[in-house]
Amino acid sequence: MALLVESHLEMCKQCTEHVHTSNRIGGDLLTKIAPVAMQRGSLDQVLGMLDSVDMEVPVENEVAASGEVPQSLAAIIGCDLDKLDWKSMGLGVQQFDLKLGGSGATRLLRIQPGVSVPHHTHSGNELTLILRGSYSDEIGRFQVGDVADLDDQLEHQPIVDTREECICLIATDAPLKFSGLMGKLVQPFIGL
Amino acid sequence: MSQDKPKGADVNAAAVLLEDKKKQIRDEWSAVLSSLAESRDKIAFSRLYEYFAPRVKAYIIRFGMSPASAEELTQESMLAVWRKAHLYNRSKASASTWIFTLARNQCIDRLRREKAVEYELPEEEADPDQRHYGEHAVVAKRMEDAIAQLPEAQAQVLYLSYYEGKSHSEIAEQLGIPLGSVKSRLRLAFSKLKAHWGEDSEN
Repeated sequence: MALLVESHLEMCKQCTEHVHTSNRIGGDLLTKIAPVAMQRGSLDQVLGMLDSVDMEVPVENEVAASGEVPQSLAAIIGCDLDKLDWKSMGLGVQQFDLKLGGSGATRLLRIQPGVSVPHHTHSGNELTLILRGSYSDEIGRFQVGDVADLDDQLEHQPIVDTREECICLIATDAPLKFSGLMGKLVQPFIGL
Repeated sequence: MSQDKPKGADVNAAAVLLEDKKKQIRDEWSAVLSSLAESRDKIAFSRLYEYFAPRVKAYIIRFGMSPASAEELTQESMLAVWRKAHLYNRSKASASTWIFTLARNQCIDRLRREKAVEYELPEEEADPDQRHYGEHAVVAKRMEDAIAQLPEAQAQVLYLSYYEGKSHSEIAEQLGIPLGSVKSRLRLAFSKLKAHWGEDSEN
């Protein structure tokens, strides 16, 4: 989830501004907070360490990926979207699992034009960041850089709405549930 | 409240003076921090440390850390200030904003690491409720004012989210409302806070 948010921030000016505002509020609060004294000698301890620490080197992100892939994602997949080892899930859908561990799942989904993913709901939070192409569902149309924020209150049936395939980064904190017979039938196979 | 009308102008003037003073102090620290990159001056660093370390420590305690961890994380944060000083850009953020951001990231990294350990050793997991006690401490006055102006339902989710660090799902469960409502309340609350905080908090 954090990876997805970071990737979106790279693509979205508005949200970056939002984060700056929050940090400013935090910085402001920091000057107003009632201080808690540090232990005696803490400054000397730190001063003693100053000479031995290395200066932070600005990270030169030399990632073999085009501008289409946000830096934070590129650091993990290390190549262009087209060069990934996509696994077919049938029905015009391919996936690449980032295998990040944790309770949820983070994966890339590649959906062919015109393909519609069966109706499903989610048992937790699901964030979807569009990296290529676009799709439409009951909420609206999502294009490159947009994030769809879904939860268990919402059932949707996304459809790739242009001639271009749609690739998105999806992060969930729980597996999703398919509703409807078709969905229930395919779930065991496509393993979504 | 009722009889201070004639004094209104004075109060305003005083408020303006106070704001000016605050801005001046803020700019001063920003200047000290940006000079640090070039000068590598330990005396300048000590000044920053003496002002910011106790505040960062207070913040980290409110984040829910024990005083001992807070002490350690503060030292790490201040070391990071030294290590990253050359990356600081005055025109982008004030010293307090920058140091706040560094400290917060240190906290989040620490929590992530602790969480990873908790998964391996579930039997040693501390009572999670214990974490929140420190955070119920007094909130900065201005934030209180801003929050006081929010409708109660919004203030509540904001508090649970930002001060108690609860996830959206946890809040939904606790309040017995749909997750979507938690999100929309937070969104509304945040845009109101932003309006209240205004542009005067920096620049």
